[in-house]
Amino acid sequence: MSSKTTNQKAWFFVLPVVLLVAFNAIIPLMTVVNYSVQETFGDNVFFWEGVTWFEQVLNSSRFHDSLKRQFLFTGIILAIEVPLGIAIALAMPRRGPWVSVCLVLMALPLLIPWNVVGAMWNIFALPDIGLLGRTINAMGIDYNFTQQPVGAWFTTVLMDVWHWTSLVVLLCYAGLCSIPDDYYQAARIDGAGAWAVFRYIQLPKMKRVLTIAILLRFMDSFMIYTEPFVLTGGGPGNSTTFLSIDLVKIALGQFDLGPAAAMSLIYFLIILLVSWVFYTLMMRNEDQ
Amino acid sequence: MARITLDNLRHSYQAAPKRDEDYALQQVDIEWQDGGAYALLGPSGCGKTTLLNIISGLLNPTQGRILFDDVDVTRHAADQRNIAQVFQFPVIYDTMTVRQNLEFPLRNRNVEPSIINQRVAEIADMLDLTDTLDTRASGLTADGKQKISLGRGLVRSDVNVIMFDEPLTVIDPHLKWVLRSKLKELHQRIGTTMIYVTHDQTEALTFADQVVVMYEGRVVQTGTPVELFERPQHTFVGHFIGSPGMNLLPCSIDAGQVLFEGIPIRTCNSPPRDAVKGETQIGVRPEFVYFSQTGLPVEVSRVDDVGRYRIVEVAHGAHRMKMLVSGEQAIPQMSPKVDFNPEFTTLYADGWAVR
Repeated sequence: MSSKTTNQKAWFFVLPVVLLVAFNAIIPLMTVVNYSVQETFGDNVFFWEGVTWFEQVLNSSRFHDSLKRQFLFTGIILAIEVPLGIAIALAMPRRGPWVSVCLVLMALPLLIPWNVVGAMWNIFALPDIGLLGRTINAMGIDYNFTQQPVGAWFTTVLMDVWHWTSLVVLLCYAGLCSIPDDYYQAARIDGAGAWAVFRYIQLPKMKRVLTIAILLRFMDSFMIYTEPFVLTGGGPGNSTTFLSIDLVKIALGQFDLGPAAAMSLIYFLIILLVSWVFYTLMMRNEDQ
Repeated sequence: MARITLDNLRHSYQAAPKRDEDYALQQVDIEWQDGGAYALLGPSGCGKTTLLNIISGLLNPTQGRILFDDVDVTRHAADQRNIAQVFQFPVIYDTMTVRQNLEFPLRNRNVEPSIINQRVAEIADMLDLTDTLDTRASGLTADGKQKISLGRGLVRSDVNVIMFDEPLTVIDPHLKWVLRSKLKELHQRIGTTMIYVTHDQTEALTFADQVVVMYEGRVVQTGTPVELFERPQHTFVGHFIGSPGMNLLPCSIDAGQVLFEGIPIRTCNSPPRDAVKGETQIGVRPEFVYFSQTGLPVEVSRVDDVGRYRIVEVAHGAHRMKMLVSGEQAIPQMSPKVDFNPEFTTLYADGWAVR
């Protein structure tokens, strides 16, 4: 095996993919990298700044606050949507005419455009004309999401749960449906109770889809923009200003392209890192 | 351990069955002795898995009773019947080790830890699982997993019956034989009643003392492997068991004589005096057809050499039949004739042997 083949024509076969990836990922990302290390005052005049913007973003309390809000938000919605999604999936019928009814009902929220969801909930939750807002106030609870940070958080979380729990439900349901009846029968013969069936059969069999569901919900909720933007616009004050809302404010509101670019990269790396850690943890025992 | 009686069982998967065809299980009456090794043999869709699930308590029969010894368990749930079942595809608890898998049925029944340890060690030893006890069950091969399924049944000391639902389906051919001998050995060692469901006649005939042959929701014959071979009570048994299956030839009955194409044929069961009703057939296994000087003139249409013997296909007019001819014996070239061994030639009416 001494002679080495030097036919380079094979590169032509991967060229289309390379071009595609270059145009939709590498070039835009490099543009951001380019902005993140320079200062510009318009007219395409750039000054080298090195890591100044990165230092500035990492040291700014504004970024810290948005990041904390972001983690809090993502933590809350994962803590609600994952158990709730599993519970609903377990409660859904496995066969019969109600299966399609349930599936359609579950899929509906996922089909609504994000800004429509925001607009719907904005009106739904308004204290003076919205059904939800008026009902809560009628129960004697003072609720106005446009003025109270707690109210704004409550509404945003509720909206996200309404919008995205279905995704967890559908994925878990698919996982549950793939469990052969033999497993349940064997468990009955082994004398296993409902909890043991869940713990030792259903949960392990759902592990893969659940991993995907949690990863998707983590990434999507961590990048959430449209719905809170339409619902609260990041307010009242900065109380629901999550990372992407803050980013848009810096980039397009203040037109600070350098810091915004640096923040984008940090943001991107955080998502990448958390997803990787999470995936590794979930799949740790998979191949043993 | 227990004697198992199936009394007048019928089952339909429909809510309101009306006709006979609505029943997956037409009518079953069986008595299985304590400690026996039984096989339920039949093609796919004959109702054998339905019957198994009724015995294990996973299905409630539409009609009839199941007795363990003299206790009616028809309405008892699966976990109250003290049975064990090994399924077609190995069922193991993926996240547990082999040991935890074997402990599981005992833990669910709150058995003392010391007894659990002792039973698990004993069963692991019997099934050659001792070395893998502390590895994760999901890493084992299919036959290892199937052993765990079996082990979960064996650890319980109070098991009435162990049932196998085509347990060797996913096992590699060369391991099937090993596992089958293991099962036979276990049966002799622990003496629990075992019921083995399969569509494979080799598995059924080698495993069981008594084979129950099912066809279209009915038990067509129960007997030892030899009885099933020599005295098939239904054309289905003749055709399903044996390779190649039984020859079936249409016949008519005239004045107490069985006639095939006008030629009298002697059968082991003589037709009753009153006319036999329904479609009549003669059944004779290829093993009991031989070339002779006198008899049925035939033409040889095909010869297959399968090693120890040859399968010869002969035709009398439009009627074809197969016969086994040993290696040494010559096949007559000029106007061959065949005869049937009357002791193993049976007359059937509408599929059932005429009594």
